[in-house]
Amino acid sequence: MSVDAATVRRIAHLARIAVKDEEVPHLQGELNAILAFVEQLSEVDVGGVEPMTSVTPMVMKKRHDVVNDGEIADVVVANAPATEDHYFLVPKVVE
Amino acid sequence: MNAPVQPSMLIKGATGDWEVVIGLEIHAQVTSKSKLFSGASTEFGGDPNAHVSLVDAAMPGMLPVINEECVAQAVRTGLGLKAQINLRSVFDRKNYFYPDLPQGYQISQYKSPIVGEGTVVVDLPDQDSFTVGIERLHLEQDAGKLLHDQHPTMTFVDLNRSGVALMEIVSKPDMRSADQARAYVTKLRTILRYLGTCDGDMEKGSLRADVNVSVRRPGAPFGTRCEIKNVNSIRFMGQAIDYEARRQIGILEDGGVIEQETRQFDAVKGETRAMRSKEEAHDYRYFPDPDLLPLELTQAYVDALKAHLPELPDEKKARFIRDFALKSEDAGVLVSERESADFYEAVLGQLADKARDGKLAANWVINELFGRLNKEGGAIATSPVSATQLAAIVDLIGDGTISGKIAKDLFEIVWTEGGDPRAVVETRGMKQVTDLGAIEKVVDDIIAANPDKAEQAKAKPAMVGWFIGQVMKSSGGKANPQTVNDLLKTKLGL
Repeated sequence: MSVDAATVRRIAHLARIAVKDEEVPHLQGELNAILAFVEQLSEVDVGGVEPMTSVTPMVMKKRHDVVNDGEIADVVVANAPATEDHYFLVPKVVE
Repeated sequence: MNAPVQPSMLIKGATGDWEVVIGLEIHAQVTSKSKLFSGASTEFGGDPNAHVSLVDAAMPGMLPVINEECVAQAVRTGLGLKAQINLRSVFDRKNYFYPDLPQGYQISQYKSPIVGEGTVVVDLPDQDSFTVGIERLHLEQDAGKLLHDQHPTMTFVDLNRSGVALMEIVSKPDMRSADQARAYVTKLRTILRYLGTCDGDMEKGSLRADVNVSVRRPGAPFGTRCEIKNVNSIRFMGQAIDYEARRQIGILEDGGVIEQETRQFDAVKGETRAMRSKEEAHDYRYFPDPDLLPLELTQAYVDALKAHLPELPDEKKARFIRDFALKSEDAGVLVSERESADFYEAVLGQLADKARDGKLAANWVINELFGRLNKEGGAIATSPVSATQLAAIVDLIGDGTISGKIAKDLFEIVWTEGGDPRAVVETRGMKQVTDLGAIEKVVDDIIAANPDKAEQAKAKPAMVGWFIGQVMKSSGGKANPQTVNDLLKTKLGL
């Protein structure tokens, strides 16, 4: 498996990372090197083995349905670059 | 469901008939006090970003902890949909970039949802009931709210709704008309409200639908579908489906091809339009959320929830028909809203003889009470006539104290003035006269005063109706009609 220049640009866009055109060939090489490294795993036969997504031998902890958080709008927006009346302000996302 | 569709449901095109195929993804807000993964309130409204914890705002280092009640609500809903409950399900990250989603991903369930396949039986007036298959139900987080009209260049972000639990209920493509789709959503909403797992308030956004529409020649393979996003009323959904089906038929009949795309419904113009093209299509890059362990349930836990499920509309309807011989349609009206069924049951609970008068009570609840409430735009919760009062009126009819006609006057008095129906009947002398002697005297007087009519009645027995009318009028409607009828027949020699 390998990625082409277009895929590199697409991945960068999905991650909202600005990548200059001259950086693309270098990143393409890096990504392909990583993929080649991971590809070694395909040598292992995993037929019939269920994918393991967690190695923690415990059941998931759950919360009771009680309201014990929130009502801290000052804190929530404290680090936002722009706010008004406790709203976050972001550049307009519709025309 | 791939049975031949009724011809009446087909849409006529210029080149022949078309069948519309509809599948729905319903987003139902879970009824809970706090959010799916945080302790912030789920209350509607509130000041901007008031019901927001640092988890909901996706501050670095915050970890989600699942709300056990939201899990229980999803399982209850699955049981109510007669669905498979998966004892092991997994939360995944659905990645996309938008200001209403501070995490940059929505925690959802992709490959392993908490609920699998189920069914909903839907009734349509004047048609046979039909079954809609449920594909799956999964738990996920709601997003925040964006306000675009507050500022010329900025969008305002309120995360109060961010992280509130949603159930996404995905149907199979089993509906064949806008009417069927509307009836399905109405039924699903009723089930959720009976279960108490979602309030179904579409105005507050508690229930939203993504509508998948495609068209095909009857019996042909499925066509390419378009998805209409975020339709927030049952009426708009019907309009959107009709418009979209026509649009697709127009393209196909002109020799064109349907592009799979996401569209939105413009309620003002009554049309759907493309939201984003294929090139900008989302690439969600789902993967299991490393912050959350798999959700594992025991069969005993599921069984305990099942043992405490309330009676659902289909069962309630069957019971009303079985125990009180109600017509299917009447039973359907009573169970269609939980409040209606609760009111009827409250009336039943106070009847002196519910086996005898259960059906009569249903007629009074539906025709007199609901009829009047509809006319005056009132709700059951604010009905001027209580279940206790209505039960008393039905008792009075049932035990022969008053006639059905007088009962309508009594209902009117109780509606406008209130009071205990039994006391009203006493103080206003509304009791039905069953005293044979008293009625006989009235009958004799009327016959004596109308000898010509009495003579005519011998030749034309239908004339007895006129006499009954006269006697009832003369007695102020209080004479027992059956007694009057019997007496007249004897006296007139019929």
